[in-house]
Amino acid sequence: MKPAPFAFVRPQGLQHALEALAADEGAKVLAGGQSLVPLLNMRLAAPTTLVDINGLPALDEVLVSDEGVEVPALARQADVLASTAVRRVQPLLGLALAHVAHATIRNRGTVVGSLVHADAAAELPMVLALLGGHLRVASTAGTREIPADELFAGPLESTVRHDEIAVSAFFPALGADEGVAFAELARRHGDYAMCGAGALVRVEGDRVTRAWVAYLSVCDVPTVVDVELDDVGAEALAAAAERALGRLDPVGDVHASADYRAHLARVLTVRVLREAYDDARARAVGGRADPLGGRADPLGGRADPLGGRADPLGGRAESRP
Amino acid sequence: MSEQLHDLRLTVNGVAHALRVPARRLLSDALRHDLGLTGTHVGCEHGVCGACTVLLDGLPTRSCLMFAVSAVDVDITTVEGLTEADGTLGAVQQAFLECHGLQCGFCTPGFLTTVTAGLRQHPTPTEDDARDMVAGNLCRCTGYTNIVRSVLRAAELAGGEA
Repeated sequence: MKPAPFAFVRPQGLQHALEALAADEGAKVLAGGQSLVPLLNMRLAAPTTLVDINGLPALDEVLVSDEGVEVPALARQADVLASTAVRRVQPLLGLALAHVAHATIRNRGTVVGSLVHADAAAELPMVLALLGGHLRVASTAGTREIPADELFAGPLESTVRHDEIAVSAFFPALGADEGVAFAELARRHGDYAMCGAGALVRVEGDRVTRAWVAYLSVCDVPTVVDVELDDVGAEALAAAAERALGRLDPVGDVHASADYRAHLARVLTVRVLREAYDDARARAVGGRADPLGGRADPLGGRADPLGGRADPLGGRAESRP
Repeated sequence: MSEQLHDLRLTVNGVAHALRVPARRLLSDALRHDLGLTGTHVGCEHGVCGACTVLLDGLPTRSCLMFAVSAVDVDITTVEGLTEADGTLGAVQQAFLECHGLQCGFCTPGFLTTVTAGLRQHPTPTEDDARDMVAGNLCRCTGYTNIVRSVLRAAELAGGEA
């Protein structure tokens, strides 16, 4: 349960970090380490060099604009979750982040690191995929954007190359005619979900114009399905769930059989579509400012994730053009 | 070939320590083996059990999921740092003692650090808040009932209920 030896660099500038990464094909980036270090401790991974980017400047300022939320590489999950500005512009981020492990892990874990880790059982890759966001990566050759639908290649495999550092992730804002919802089922609070789903529903008046559902812990990669919903009656929702199932290939493992996962996916599809529709309708009449604030118990017993860290991003890590 | 060693300074419980360790030295092991602060316990070593939880700049963090070489620019608080200046038990420690919030004691340091930070966020927790606060820490003895009572008692002792 101790990592294999590795060389360690803690650069103070991005260029230095990129050069260190390019110099060793077996090098790996260390940010929050909440997914990487367990892999090292169990010797499931043995990089020859770790490039610790925690000393890099200006990578912790979350930028919130009308277009969306740009989360830089060193923004901790706890800080993004606690930001009311983030939750206003894209509420799905807060809804999903509340389910990412435990508060202690979120204090150190980063949003961008979770995306690069590309665990199909994790919440954030599903959120990026559902919203159609992208990841910005840098290498000594320059920077490029990877759209979410090209980012997740397989279980724990992203298309970020070994010499690239993911510097930020962009989550598009919620449209005025849209609503979102998130739900997952785990055996224990804070555990990996056996199945999770997020929904994005677009409405015109009380009519659904488009609806997507994305799944975590169902297939090998986060999967987004256009469920072609046009009505939110029980029959239409059940039909949408069947359409979604037709596009999914649930995997069985020690936590849940494939059949059970399919069952959960059906149930959660109906649930999140209905909730996202209600959310869109409530927003249209101005009744839904902050879904985490407005709902009975979205944070599992916590009155307000901001409690105590009144505005962790205020003035420091948050700017809104 | 011998492994490269790194010279670092860690600030633990307000005291600066110089140490020389390989890059792969986990913070939990650096605290225990290099600094002799054996109050921090090491359970699962992959972030699940919470026994190794310490405070980094006041925030609970798994010391087994961090390398000592990465902990150079933070203030680290271990369970040894939770006692009062005169050596008496801190409010959370006192509450765990009064409410029998521990049996074998293995998990206790992680609970004490986690609850210390949790009460700063929620000075007047409900029972649900208390359960949520310790949800990331495993205890195999108590069944958690007395731990939850300890959290609520600690809030009283710390004056949150006053």
